[in-house]
Amino acid sequence: MSAHPQFADDLALFALGALDPAQRAVVEEHVQGCAACRRELENLRGDMALLALSTSGPHPPQRSRDRLMQAIAAGRPVVSPERTTAAGSWYGWLGWIAAGLVLVVGLLLNRSQISYIAALRGKVTALEGKTAAQDAELQRVRDEFAAFAGPDAKPVTLVVANNHPQPQGKAVYVQSSGKLLFVASNLPALPDDRAYELWLLPSEGAPVPAGVFHPDAKGGGVVLNPPLTAGVSAKGFAITVEPKEGSAAPTTKPMMVGLVG
Amino acid sequence: MAGASPQDARNGGEASDLSLVARVRARDEGAMGALYDRYSSLVYAVALRVLGDTGAAEDVLQEIFLQLWKKPAAFDSARGSMGAWLSVIARNRAIDALRKRKPETDVEDVVLSVETNFAENADRGRALVKIREALSTMAAAQRTALEMAFFEGLTHSEIAQKTGEPLGTIKTRIRAALLSLRSAVGVG
Repeated sequence: MSAHPQFADDLALFALGALDPAQRAVVEEHVQGCAACRRELENLRGDMALLALSTSGPHPPQRSRDRLMQAIAAGRPVVSPERTTAAGSWYGWLGWIAAGLVLVVGLLLNRSQISYIAALRGKVTALEGKTAAQDAELQRVRDEFAAFAGPDAKPVTLVVANNHPQPQGKAVYVQSSGKLLFVASNLPALPDDRAYELWLLPSEGAPVPAGVFHPDAKGGGVVLNPPLTAGVSAKGFAITVEPKEGSAAPTTKPMMVGLVG
Repeated sequence: MAGASPQDARNGGEASDLSLVARVRARDEGAMGALYDRYSSLVYAVALRVLGDTGAAEDVLQEIFLQLWKKPAAFDSARGSMGAWLSVIARNRAIDALRKRKPETDVEDVVLSVETNFAENADRGRALVKIREALSTMAAAQRTALEMAFFEGLTHSEIAQKTGEPLGTIKTRIRAALLSLRSAVGVG
């Protein structure tokens, strides 16, 4: 399928950035509405890559690599307390998560996990009596949970399609900050050399690792805020069984899957 | 959802570009290093050809990989052809530096599609032979116009002025030159 003749020559110049501004605007507008021209434009950029390839030869100096890796290491984020909304709103939700994160978690979790959450809250209370540095840490912990109270926090239900005591998982994901809470119950036990791995399924591209965990004795599991890049659009989440140290890409078929929305 | 990809097997078990990008998204600095090792030569070579200066070429190299580390979502536009995409981004960035102008397009808007597999050294090498042959057998006027646009970042009118040829002729030549590269490496 060929692009419209009147745009054919222009597309090549457009790809190269060689069109004069007025003509560029015309082509840009056309391309937005024309799939055939968009495809040809993509192919022309591919041709440009071939021309770029023809320059092959010189290697950059080692110092360039060192410089890059140092810049990356220097940019490692320092956790800073974010400004929070009123803490009271944490308890004021409506909808299935409206009764509050604790209530939702209570519906899903077994007793050891409820006591884990209760113990965590006890620690939070204890921290309140300490110095300003520890108050900041308290604030950060509250902020982590407060993120899941926001209007754009999306709950996701994961189910597996057979009839045994249903393994179930729920994930809540906040795209803007990359924060994720995942809670599972009734998971089958695994051998020592295997673990469950949670995956974020981006709108485009391969699944992103989002945490490795073992089920506890009662088949429950929790993943809280694995290191995820902020802003990734997720179409869903999945659980697979992996080697105990996890895997960069899924090596087994998903055991549970849930889609957003 | 895929397990180990066929490309992993073809590369002798080395991580595919897509799995490296997934790890970069998960903030794996080693994966970023692996992508750099795989494609830095290509990025550097293009930038050096455009800018003619090793320091400036190193700056472009640094800028591109650092930007990708900070915003791995931009990788999506590569549609899996990471090396090809990086080489075009490198050329665009180098032209911007050469002509001292702000970037005309966002990196994410450069969606690209190419058949040659830039990730596999053997495929790249085979393509390179065909590309260089196509360039050497191309009509001189076509090659000149293409190189002025690609390596010097000249506009359509500037090329017409420099060569004394009509606008329409320059337009046709450049498109024909790009298409002949495509057919030189094409299947069959």
